Amino acid sequence: MDFLITDEQKQLQDLIHQFIQKDYPFDVRDKLVKSEDGFSKEFWKTFSQFGLLAMPFSEEDGGFNGGPVDIMIILEAFGTGLIVEPYIPNIVLSGNLVSKLGNKEQKEAILPNLLSGDMQLAFAFSEPQSRFDLNDVTTLAEKKGSDFKLNGFKSVVMNGPAADKLIISARTAGSQLDENGISLFIVDRETKGVSLRDYSNIDGSKASELTLEDVVLTKDALLGEQDKAFSTIEEVVNLATLAISAEAIGIMQKMNELTLEYTKTREQFGQALSQFQALQHRMVDTFMVHEQTKSLLLMAAAKMNDKADDAVKAISALKYQVGNAAKLIGEESIQLHGGMGVTEEMSIGHYFKRLTTIRTIFGNADYHLKKYSSL
Amino acid sequence: MNLSFSDEDLKFQSEVRSFIKDNYPADIKEKMDNGIPVSKDDIVTWQKILSKKGWFAINWPEEYGGSGWSVTQKYIFQNELAEANTPNIVPFGVSMCGPVIYTFGTEEQKERFLPDIRDNNVWWCQGYSEPGSGSDLASLKTKAEKKGDKYIVNGTKTWTTMAQHADWIFCLVRTDSSGIKQQGISFLLIDMKTPGVEVKPIITIDGSHEVNMVYLDNVEVPAENLIGEEGAGWSIAKFLLAHERTGIGGIPHLKREIRRLRQITEELPLNEGFLKDDQLFMDKLNKVEIDLLSAEYTELRTLASISAGGHPGPESSILKIGGTDLQQSLSDLYVEALGYYAHPFMSEDDLKSNEKRIGPDFAANVMPHYLNYRKVSIYGGSNEVQRNVIAKAVLGL
Repeated sequence: MDFLITDEQKQLQDLIHQFIQKDYPFDVRDKLVKSEDGFSKEFWKTFSQFGLLAMPFSEEDGGFNGGPVDIMIILEAFGTGLIVEPYIPNIVLSGNLVSKLGNKEQKEAILPNLLSGDMQLAFAFSEPQSRFDLNDVTTLAEKKGSDFKLNGFKSVVMNGPAADKLIISARTAGSQLDENGISLFIVDRETKGVSLRDYSNIDGSKASELTLEDVVLTKDALLGEQDKAFSTIEEVVNLATLAISAEAIGIMQKMNELTLEYTKTREQFGQALSQFQALQHRMVDTFMVHEQTKSLLLMAAAKMNDKADDAVKAISALKYQVGNAAKLIGEESIQLHGGMGVTEEMSIGHYFKRLTTIRTIFGNADYHLKKYSSL
Repeated sequence: MNLSFSDEDLKFQSEVRSFIKDNYPADIKEKMDNGIPVSKDDIVTWQKILSKKGWFAINWPEEYGGSGWSVTQKYIFQNELAEANTPNIVPFGVSMCGPVIYTFGTEEQKERFLPDIRDNNVWWCQGYSEPGSGSDLASLKTKAEKKGDKYIVNGTKTWTTMAQHADWIFCLVRTDSSGIKQQGISFLLIDMKTPGVEVKPIITIDGSHEVNMVYLDNVEVPAENLIGEEGAGWSIAKFLLAHERTGIGGIPHLKREIRRLRQITEELPLNEGFLKDDQLFMDKLNKVEIDLLSAEYTELRTLASISAGGHPGPESSILKIGGTDLQQSLSDLYVEALGYYAHPFMSEDDLKSNEKRIGPDFAANVMPHYLNYRKVSIYGGSNEVQRNVIAKAVLGL
């Protein structure tokens, strides 16, 4: 038993850290977030050249056969630089759905373009009432001959504004909360009856609300088997939960470092803030919480890698802990920065905002505590 | 012990309630209810309505225009203002500078400044913190040198709330650097129109412009604007901070917000029901409500002791810590209640436009509010400093 990563994985980690140091300082990130697209298409191409976009896919699909540990390494490194490029919506969610469920034509139409960085995807799985329950789907796909007609509303479609194609979960059978009867459809954003309302999030990412009005699709749009999409949706969202937890842990590490550094330089009452024991103990606590949460991350990644029976339970344990740790480390870092922590000018507040939205994304601490208890 | 309202109190309550109902301008109410930022004009308009009725400087001695109300009446009044969702009273003039002037000022200064504060003709801001002096306020460096009948002031003040609207600033300045740092501080009033005063905005992580840097470059201030003796500034500052800390907890607003959140749990859809079906969430809401009761009754005890002749002392630090913890917990619960709908960001301009919002109507302010409220455990003396105050002054450590 060991917790070591391979040489290739170490190289991957170094590559991303170097990229952040050289090309992705905070002011560059800040400009990107404020730009029309909200991220850099050029950097997205760079990620393709780095091989990051191909990581989780099979060699047959043009990928590198990477597993959960590789995804974890990429996202943890991304977190330290607060990278805003939409890796999770494109690669971890949408790309994986196509790779796992797509037929030959669908894969050929999408995966080469996705991996080269020329196509953007988004996965619309959430509805206003569903909160974090992937099985709660009211968007309807009615069968009309060999076609389907979609009607409904999807909320918080991450990366919706940039997406060329959308993957939509819709109900083809059963009632609102049934796991059986959920199907996936691939839809061009220009399709008649599809309307997107794009918006910016507080953390610098972008998303859309999606309204579907009598959207007619042929059976070629169906991704995977009709009615049977739920288990694959759950599988990719679990991987995405691991990924976003890794991002959170990268952010926590960075926030702890920034805070430690700040308290060493800021003086009040004739000494550095870091000399006050009351503050030292709090920084020890945030340090410990980061380490302990990281331990759960490694545990969950390894269990997913091994396809262990309790891998899903491990993901819920992880995200529960990430939710709590994010609150503690986020809020303490701001408090220890004092007034400077709440200014737009310093990076710490931007880390805090992303860490705060991650508390919610793919289920907050309460949700995962309940899920853990039920498993 | 008697915690119930008398018939007279109830009569007073209904008088306040109907006054607000009849006089709270509909356009301001609409903004407040829809989370649209209120303007300086809105705030002044509302405060002048209270001034005209004689209900603005309620805590002042009656001779200067105070209300002469009992503690219970003041409590009822604050609750009714919060309940009607009226704009927060801007405290810098009425709750901070005013009490300093009527306590430490000369008769001339009282006559000159108090009526305009009471009648809302002048907007004040507070020049305390400096870039190098936050929690350690006494280390402040802004220098005021006496030249004839003037002080020449040089320095930088920061975190100055709403300085962009202010006509005057009350400042702590250093008039003497020779002795221990607390001794050389003085309390000086400066007209913001004086040459050499410059205000620059600080944008905070919620995207708002609330606080500012105030640069003072060779600002000439008449010596008659000094309050109290030279070097008395630190005692005045401590007096004022104790005043600031009692009102800072914002209990009446929290009561309204928690009731609103409870209502929201009955409206927000969750699966086939509503958020109220989520027992873990409701438990947290109830815990915050219990904490709020503790804070409220602690505040009432303090107010009762003040009305019996005491001054708000170190106990006000308890109120500051307790109240601000609650403000933060409740703002976080709103974020949790909304789930993903807490994430969309709308600028102040977006909020003022008629464009339909993403998610429930109240959602747009929830995350900015949570982020903005990180400040409450930092300002008015950080909660770490408040703990030091309690440790030293109450526990005698």
